[in-house]
Amino acid sequence: MNTMINIALPKGRLGEKVYALLESVGYGCEAMKESSRKLIFEDEQNGVRYFWVKPSDVAIYVEHGAADVGVVGKDILLEQQSDVYELLDLKFGVCKMAVAGKRDFHPNPAKVLKVATKFPHIASRYYASLSQEIEIIKLNGSIELAPILGMSDVIVDIVETGTTLKENDLVVLQDIVPISARFIANKASFKFKNEQIVCMQNRICAHLPD
Amino acid sequence: MAEPKARLQGDEKYAMELQCLYEQFGYQKYKMSRFEEYALYAENKNFLISDDIITFSDRNGTLLALKPDVTLSIVKHAVASGERDTKVYYNEHVYRVSGAAHAIKDILQVGLEHIGKMDLYSVCEVILLAVKSLGAIDPDFILDLSHLGLLSGLLADIPEQLHQKLLLCISQKNSHEILQICAQHQIEQQTAQRVAAAAALYAPFPQALEQAKTLVSGDEMQNALCELEQIYAVLKSEGCADKLHLDFSIVNDMHYYNGVIFQGFVKGVPCPVLSGGRYDKLLEKMGAPTGAMGFAVYLDQLERYDQSAQQCKADVQLSYDEGTDPALVFKTARQLMQEGKTVLVSNDETAHHKEAVKIIRMGENAN
Repeated sequence: MNTMINIALPKGRLGEKVYALLESVGYGCEAMKESSRKLIFEDEQNGVRYFWVKPSDVAIYVEHGAADVGVVGKDILLEQQSDVYELLDLKFGVCKMAVAGKRDFHPNPAKVLKVATKFPHIASRYYASLSQEIEIIKLNGSIELAPILGMSDVIVDIVETGTTLKENDLVVLQDIVPISARFIANKASFKFKNEQIVCMQNRICAHLPD
Repeated sequence: MAEPKARLQGDEKYAMELQCLYEQFGYQKYKMSRFEEYALYAENKNFLISDDIITFSDRNGTLLALKPDVTLSIVKHAVASGERDTKVYYNEHVYRVSGAAHAIKDILQVGLEHIGKMDLYSVCEVILLAVKSLGAIDPDFILDLSHLGLLSGLLADIPEQLHQKLLLCISQKNSHEILQICAQHQIEQQTAQRVAAAAALYAPFPQALEQAKTLVSGDEMQNALCELEQIYAVLKSEGCADKLHLDFSIVNDMHYYNGVIFQGFVKGVPCPVLSGGRYDKLLEKMGAPTGAMGFAVYLDQLERYDQSAQQCKADVQLSYDEGTDPALVFKTARQLMQEGKTVLVSNDETAHHKEAVKIIRMGENAN
């Protein structure tokens, strides 16, 4: 039992892609293919136990040691400031965190900038680094709506292709940080299951594009 | 008469064991007040693990804080009293705001500090006690060692404004971003590769030492590695070196720490349970330059680990009915206690973990 590696995967397209990669480097799990309502899938032979969790919860499972390793977007790691090892950039789901606003937006230094976002920590750290005072409006979705309706001046959000922005007549004003999926490990697990985790890291690494 | 068995649980049990260990080495107990003037922490914010300090004003308007840390108070006391060589341990509650819920947390922390002239023996003694502390908690433990000299030597050729970013990446073993940051700022590739390799380095001490030797550049790193090698040799001769690992990713604030730093883990706990190091620079800041080293054990982290810490169960449940003579209850209980048993006296015979105790019923309904 001790040699099993617990892996938290994000539900959805990214997670499926990651599982396909893990399967191709020797961490397959037959039970994953059967569609069922099970939450945990185990393959004793390959020494892996998978579970699907909400993407924004992956780092939490890993930080608390319920999962030894996991795959999570850099946006979530930055927002939650998770205390984990970030071992690899998988270069999946590449996009960026950016400030966007209306095409004709002009900052007014006499006013406090209103920023709508799903990522209040990232936004406040970014503007603190510029020594700019802002007011954060925390939203949970359809962020693009906020500047259109005049609720906020700008948004801080993930930009993938920019299509959504374009369709809503918004443009990227500043890039904040590039985002992609990362392979993370719990700090204590990395020590006690070092050989297995490093082996998994190396096998994944060998399969990544340069 | 049989000795009554002490039923220490969880963190109390470990605190007691560790206390005995430190007293064996002549460390004296340090007792402090629950609060301290806030200014002490405000002046040394970066020394603290968390800057969320719980403050309140006393009647004179002085801002006080529920102590988030014990080391600063010990150092302040040692500096003020002018003692030349202080070896103390503590077993204190500290208070921090923690978690997403921002709740005030009361944490039992045990640790020790040695303030005075430090030499190879004194450094080894503190590390040996850290090893023994972890061993007292669980035989399956790991103590990771590093040295601030390794980190500052590693970053010596890199502009200072990048240090904070790079140290964060090092602490996350995030080699890919180290390479990225270095490339963006035109840092020499060889230097970048060295920092990235150092962050990733992790192995049992002898193996890791060989790898680390290939990463050394400059006297500072050389001296730091040399010191670690000497420490390892001493601990090995004491039979306490097989759980030591070398890990460059331990990052403590460079304004306070210098020299050896370390972190301890026990199997089953997902975060470090012990952390410490050499902090001569704090003493310098406080105007009394001398050596200092210590560590803390976070007993709150062991709560989830200690499976045995269930409800305290008595050997015997002594039940009585209405109308039973209290004097008779006392007499019976006393007799049982004299046999060395623990006795739970109750007027409710149905309750209380019935399966584990022998029930003696007394009174009208008793047969």
